[in-house]
Amino acid sequence: MRRDVPLLIKALGIAGFGILYIPVMIMIIYSFNSSKLVAVWAGFSTKWYKELWTDDILLTALYKSLLIGVSSATISTVFGLLIAIAFVRFSVFKGRLILSLVASAPLVMPEAVTGLSMLLLFIAMEISFGWPSGRGVDTIMIAHATFGMCFAAVVIQTRLRDMDKYLEEAARDLGGRQPFVFLSITLPLILPSIIAAWLLSFTLSFDDLVIASFVSGPGSSTLPIVIFSKIRLGVSPEINAIATLMILTISILVLFGSILILKREDKK
Amino acid sequence: MNYFFQKFGRILVIWLPLGWLLLFFMLPLVEMINVSFSEARRAVPPYIPAFQIGSEGFSFRPVLDNYLLIYEYWEDYLWPAINSIRLAFFSTLYCLLFAYPMAWWIARSNKSIQHILLILVLMPFWTSSLLRMYALIGLLNPNGFINDVLIWAGITVTPIQMMQTDFSIYSGMILTYLPLMILPLYASLVRLDVSIIEAAADLGAKKWDIFRTIVLPLSIPGIVAGSLLVFIPAVGEFVIPALLGGPEQLMLGKVIWTEFFRNRDWPVAAAIAIILIAIIILPIVYARYQDRERIS
Repeated sequence: MRRDVPLLIKALGIAGFGILYIPVMIMIIYSFNSSKLVAVWAGFSTKWYKELWTDDILLTALYKSLLIGVSSATISTVFGLLIAIAFVRFSVFKGRLILSLVASAPLVMPEAVTGLSMLLLFIAMEISFGWPSGRGVDTIMIAHATFGMCFAAVVIQTRLRDMDKYLEEAARDLGGRQPFVFLSITLPLILPSIIAAWLLSFTLSFDDLVIASFVSGPGSSTLPIVIFSKIRLGVSPEINAIATLMILTISILVLFGSILILKREDKK
Repeated sequence: MNYFFQKFGRILVIWLPLGWLLLFFMLPLVEMINVSFSEARRAVPPYIPAFQIGSEGFSFRPVLDNYLLIYEYWEDYLWPAINSIRLAFFSTLYCLLFAYPMAWWIARSNKSIQHILLILVLMPFWTSSLLRMYALIGLLNPNGFINDVLIWAGITVTPIQMMQTDFSIYSGMILTYLPLMILPLYASLVRLDVSIIEAAADLGAKKWDIFRTIVLPLSIPGIVAGSLLVFIPAVGEFVIPALLGGPEQLMLGKVIWTEFFRNRDWPVAAAIAIILIAIIILPIVYARYQDRERIS
């Protein structure tokens, strides 16, 4: 038996959602403004979207961000899965304390600190071994994979812990070998969390400005770095258009993903 | 043979991620401590490492210059540190005030509305904070949306200064971190047994008394978890003070950035980073300690 939510709380709640959504909604509306002046509404137009496709700097940055995002998210998910298996399936092992420390510390470390420390290491390594020579896509990828795997591990761990362990044991009792059991029983059962972990590490990488700024070299600017330097010059309808495209794409993906997951959970 | 593979696989599962994290997370922190004790110079790289292994064996010459510099020019570094703590603290408080009714609403709604509201909370969390801060600038600018409406409505003649104030920082922080406060609060409120509230109401307790004596104490774990989730990233925030704040809202994350990119003083940037880590560790250790107290 649930009691009705008081009207006052509903009003406050709606105000809270308003704070979360109104700025982005107004930005989306103004991205269709034909005037160059941001504050003046001069009629509906999609010309800023068309102009995006001719901006070479932006398109190169988008390509680099996608490349870094996909590769670092893949590494993050694989390593995050390994961390989750180690924590959930191996009860006691040497280095458990260290692993739990280094797998959770990146979650709370400020981005500026992570970025600075990684850059200092890359430079020290370059002086000592000659690798990595200069900084670019590869160093950003390593940096993103490093904090991405910690987030991926948290997501997969929760699911792996909730999973029915007896299904695995039954498969093993029936003679299934360990790799076979893992691929045909465990993996399909935790697949939603693996997809969620990949998407989370991808968006973390795709949106990251601070760490990428530290560990990127000349000519390897990612999309957030380019957008940040444009924002510093002021509000413009062009950034409104890029921001709208990025936010809508991710929101639609998240919307579909969460509807799928919620439906699955309702069935149970 | 099978046993050997199992043993080997186990070692691989542990040591692949552990090795990666030690190499690319722990070692960088060690190197950062090293650089913070190094002497700055005008060269590439702009420091002489305190500890280094070269062709002539290893040398170890730590200097305290960078920490002394921070101590000497304490006004330049202490205010950003205090600002970071102050702005993060009040941002956490405001997030809590906004999040509590939202979490209560979500927790007490029926299933289908609950799902919709949860998705609405989660969606902004996935989208880029940089872009949402940009959208906020469009609202708060002197020629932004809010001032346009106020001038059009005749409430004010000249635009109100909202950017580069504490207000703009708090707006940015709430916009970025509100979902992180709502989720743990929701998790603790949804588990709350409604029959206790009903029993209290039947026995004649006023609404405010029910909230103060039952709901609030039972939601403390959620409040603590949410506050940590907001306070910790807020203290080290860079994008929000860089885009929305002025000189009065300088925070440590931005100071590290300026020391590194503009002043090219890497050792001092490293030393400030270590101070920032110290500020973050304190609330975490305190929360751990409280947790242990509660369990025992």
